[in-house]
Amino acid sequence: MLRPYIPILFLGILGAALAVVSVLGGGFIGPKRYNRAKLDAYECGIEPTEQAVSAARFPVKFYLTAMLFIVFDIEIIFLYPWAVAFGRLGLFGLVEMVAFLATVFVAYAYVWRRGGLDWN
Amino acid sequence: MKPALAYAAADGTFAATWLLLAFPAVGAAILLLGGRRANRWGPVLACLAAGAAFVLGLVLFAAMLGRAGDDRAISQHLFSWIPVNGFQVDAGLLLDPLSMCFVLLVTGVGTLIHIYALGYMAHDPNRRRFFGYLNLFVVAMLLLVLGNNFLALYVGWEGVGLASYLLIGFWSARPSAATAAKKAFIVNRVGDVGLSIAIMLMFATLGTTSYAGVLGGIGALGANSGTVTAIALLLLLGACGKSAQFPLQSWLLDAMEGPTPVSALIHAATMVTAGVYLIARSAPIFNLTSDGRLLVTIVGAVTLAIGAIIGCAYDDIKKVLASSTMSQIGYMFLAVGLGPAAYAIGILHLLTHGFFKATMFLGAGSVMHGMNDTVDMRRYGGLRTVMPITFWTFAMGYLAIIGFPGWAGFFSKDKIIEAAFDKGGTSGWVLGTVALIGAGVTAFYMTRLMIMTFFGERRWDPDAHPHESPAVMTGPMIVLALGSVISGFALTFGGGLQQFLEPVVGRSAEEGIHTISPTVLTLITLLVVAGGAAAAYRQYGTQAVPRTAPQAVSPVTVAARRNLYGDAVNESLLMRPGQYLTRALVFVDGRGVDGVVNGLAAGIGGSSGRLRHAQTGFVRSYALSMFGGAALVLAVLLLGRLG
Amino acid sequence: MTPTDIPAPSIAYGPLWPMIAVFLAAAIGVLVEAFVPARRRRPVHLVVALAGLTGGLVAVALVARNHHHPTLIAERAVAVDGPTLFIQGTLLLLGIAAVLLLGERSLDSTGGTFVAAAAVVPGSRGERQLTASSTMQTEVFPLAMFALGGMLLFPASNNLLLMFVALEILSLPLYLLAGLARRRRLLSQEAAVKYFLLGAFSSAFFLYGIAMLYGYAGSVDLGAIFTATGTVGSNDTLLYLGIALLSVGLLFKIGAAPFQNWTPDVYQGSPTPVTALMASGTKVAAFGALLRVFYVAFGPVRWDWRPLMWGVAILTMGVGAVLAITQTDVKRMLAYSSIAHAGFILTGVVALNRSGLSGSLFYLLAYGFSTLGAFAIVTLVRDADGEATHLSQWRGLGRRSPALAGIFALFLLAFAGIPLTSGFTSKFAVFSAAISSGATGLVVVGLIASAVAAFFYVRVIVLMFFEAPAPDGPTIAVPSVLTYGAIALAFAVTVVLGVIPGPLFTLADKAALFVR
Repeated sequence: MLRPYIPILFLGILGAALAVVSVLGGGFIGPKRYNRAKLDAYECGIEPTEQAVSAARFPVKFYLTAMLFIVFDIEIIFLYPWAVAFGRLGLFGLVEMVAFLATVFVAYAYVWRRGGLDWN
Repeated sequence: MKPALAYAAADGTFAATWLLLAFPAVGAAILLLGGRRANRWGPVLACLAAGAAFVLGLVLFAAMLGRAGDDRAISQHLFSWIPVNGFQVDAGLLLDPLSMCFVLLVTGVGTLIHIYALGYMAHDPNRRRFFGYLNLFVVAMLLLVLGNNFLALYVGWEGVGLASYLLIGFWSARPSAATAAKKAFIVNRVGDVGLSIAIMLMFATLGTTSYAGVLGGIGALGANSGTVTAIALLLLLGACGKSAQFPLQSWLLDAMEGPTPVSALIHAATMVTAGVYLIARSAPIFNLTSDGRLLVTIVGAVTLAIGAIIGCAYDDIKKVLASSTMSQIGYMFLAVGLGPAAYAIGILHLLTHGFFKATMFLGAGSVMHGMNDTVDMRRYGGLRTVMPITFWTFAMGYLAIIGFPGWAGFFSKDKIIEAAFDKGGTSGWVLGTVALIGAGVTAFYMTRLMIMTFFGERRWDPDAHPHESPAVMTGPMIVLALGSVISGFALTFGGGLQQFLEPVVGRSAEEGIHTISPTVLTLITLLVVAGGAAAAYRQYGTQAVPRTAPQAVSPVTVAARRNLYGDAVNESLLMRPGQYLTRALVFVDGRGVDGVVNGLAAGIGGSSGRLRHAQTGFVRSYALSMFGGAALVLAVLLLGRLG
Repeated sequence: MTPTDIPAPSIAYGPLWPMIAVFLAAAIGVLVEAFVPARRRRPVHLVVALAGLTGGLVAVALVARNHHHPTLIAERAVAVDGPTLFIQGTLLLLGIAAVLLLGERSLDSTGGTFVAAAAVVPGSRGERQLTASSTMQTEVFPLAMFALGGMLLFPASNNLLLMFVALEILSLPLYLLAGLARRRRLLSQEAAVKYFLLGAFSSAFFLYGIAMLYGYAGSVDLGAIFTATGTVGSNDTLLYLGIALLSVGLLFKIGAAPFQNWTPDVYQGSPTPVTALMASGTKVAAFGALLRVFYVAFGPVRWDWRPLMWGVAILTMGVGAVLAITQTDVKRMLAYSSIAHAGFILTGVVALNRSGLSGSLFYLLAYGFSTLGAFAIVTLVRDADGEATHLSQWRGLGRRSPALAGIFALFLLAFAGIPLTSGFTSKFAVFSAAISSGATGLVVVGLIASAVAAFFYVRVIVLMFFEAPAPDGPTIAVPSVLTYGAIALAFAVTVVLGVIPGPLFTLADKAALFVR
């Protein structure tokens, strides 16, 4: 009865197993030779800055940018299928899509006016 | 069943029946709500209201006599009182020969006492309130006797209880008056519980509380059935409370704290006889239960003996009269307990007693009025000459109560003694003997009272200046004294009252088999009475009465002075256990009921407090509990499906 | 699948106007934030929001007049039927009252119950400066409007996916709003985070439920699920998994046990006007959705989920009533009271008949206004540190401000279900419906819970009227006409529905039919 879901279940078990095995396996079989560089926080190969560690925060601007990216990303995702089916959807599709874009642009206007796009 | 249960509609003159209630009701309302403006004319208005009701009663009485015997019960529907689904109580009035007797007694004697009170209460600042209460009492008493169902009777019953409470405690500044009022109220409550349960029982078994339904339908339950006996005994309990019968008699003596007109009207002539009315009204019920009737007679006999004995010991004139009242109502109970044979005799004694006891109470009030409200008979003496009218009227009452031939008591009390003997069997002899001896004792204490008050040397207080009362007081006394003389003869002339009451309470015993020949018994009774009177004369008439009660007396006297330990008995049998019960109940209520309630509350509060700890404030535990909840929901759904 | 296979959808926009009006007002509100100078924003927002809500209300009335037959529009995704319109009307009225509360700024000496800038670290010097400033985060207006729009859509969704979207639209703004209290910033932010985390958690359950039901019925359309449950031989396990998980999401939103944990914390921490909106609007909308899902989609298997709802209802009433007793904070007490009331309304849901549905609808409206009014009064009792919500501070309030305390007492009596208040009629409606459907046991539990609950309502009344005022007690702030308006509206509804409930009963009864 749940046959179609069995592969999913397996996938889940597999994923969990991989996580467990790799964490535990690393601890068991990995060589333990520490040096200063290894004990440092990993930060894209750049020297970790004191400020970030002490405050334990990233500037909120990073998140803002990331969110804006996602908003426009999703907008594009909707635009693609609409473009493909434009002919079939006709005026209805146009109206709906304009409404959608208008809504997104309202948000955009807000972000712009309130300084969300200024880095400083 | 009896034809009396088919009531005629109230038309013609009888349409005015409700006005009987309306007159005093309006009077009471005006007086009690009228405020100080009514102070001046209020008392007179109250007298007029009572008088109007009396006149109307007379008119109705005349109209009733104009109808055939079986057609004299008139029912007047007033309104649907409690029209709940399946439970219909109509407020209605029933005017039949029995209630007619009471209407005339209550309004007639009531009016006279109202007038008397004009003089007696002339200097009381709260007269208006007093007369308002008196009118209120008249309304309640009339409702009690005129209602056509037990519920209306109960309302009236409570109403007279309330009026009695208010009037006993009228001089509420006196602690003794307030206490007495409270005592009367509480003892009456005991009886009222019986009455109310009886009414509930009637409704539960018969589905109605109307006289027509209950008295007509009670036969279906069968003679001596448990339910009938239970109803009868509960009614008796109610009657005992209201009529100060054993074992609920103790309140009446204390009730003498009230103004004397109140004692005369409520605690002698009318209200205390309501128990007799209740039993007579419920005759069809008592007819069905021999046990119930026997108990009524026993209660009556015991009370008449107790009352008579106590009456010998008191020096307080009102208390002597009060114990006499107890004793006389005991006679009435004895009579109505004898069954159909003697209902009418009981009512007869009730009416004659209403006259002569009211006469004597008013006389006592008159004496007190002249003696600075002294009630101690040892401070009286020789008042015969200074208060001639009071003396003569009182003497009429005295002759009536001891049963002097020709006077009212002779016709009623002797009949009761006779009927008691006629009951036959051992119980008949016992009851008859008690009643007979009671008559002798009655003669003793009443003679004692007469001698101590009106004869002998003057033992007055130095500041006492006895004088005859004003005409407004002596007038009613004279009228009532007249009643004391003739009422017995008038009511029995040609079997008058017995025939009048026959449709309601059934046929009285005709001249039939007598245990003792009436003539012989009358002679014996007179001898006993004469003996009692002579004994009293020998003790009080021939030797000086000390101004203070002698202490070296026989144990019997001590016991009698102490109300035959009635209060002590009450105290040890009722009050103490009652208090213990109350304390126990309070304890149970406090620890038990409240404990359960509070415990429940505390338990809920406690579980609330414990559950509250689950509210840790940590999101992780919330999420965990949500997860648990989800698992639970899932389990319930899936398991529910399996099951 | 080629593009040509996609059929052009059609949407009848008319019946959507109640929602469009609100969303439009919300979008305009965002533009107001963007282009109107800060000083003038609040009044402009108020006008826009009230216009949107009023427009929505007019639209609801027009739809109700013109659409006598319940229909499914927008590809069966939106149901336009009696319950939708009744609940939307209720929500719009509640929304107007809530917006009035949001717009109040004369309570705090500095202005508004909302923070001047939400992102400032609590406890910092900047925060102290901002507390004293007279500005406020005016974004609350568009946020509230979005939330209201989501609430309107939530019970109207005939499609689980749309329902999920609506759920998120209503939830996300509320998560934000919860964190915007001017005073007690930490508590407020904690409330927001808790609400967000647990809300997301419950949304996940909801979404899983949708997946399971899709697996079961091959569709997220409620009608299709109904049809599938009616057919024998389908994979029932998926169905019950779906029902269970979906109920978790819905029961979370209505604050039913055992998913009620968030309620007191969030209600207490949130700015009180927002709490008022959540306690009334969210509950109404979530119950609307719950009723629709269970009555429309799961009707054929009602005997399987009914015991579950029994249990949840009993647990909810019990937990709400019992835990409320030991609360010492007015807002927390009202939160537990709202939990208990969720249980009471669930008895109407369990009744599973038309009178149960109409009783629930009636109850939602009545309770929504009572609770909104109660929270509105909470905003007025203040001391130097903002709202004085500790019960000991309410001691003797009846002496200081008899009128206000009297109105609060009325709301409490309504909660307790005392006759002549809307609480009595509504409780009577759901309980009698439950009895007629045989759920007598549930009603008995409900009555016991009511009795327990009455205890702490009455306790507050006693506290207010029969105890001496605390010497350093709070003062009653004098609000502007806005709060007065909201309180008056709630008061009027509570009294009118208690005295003459007939017309609304008739309306609810007429509305009580779902389209499938």
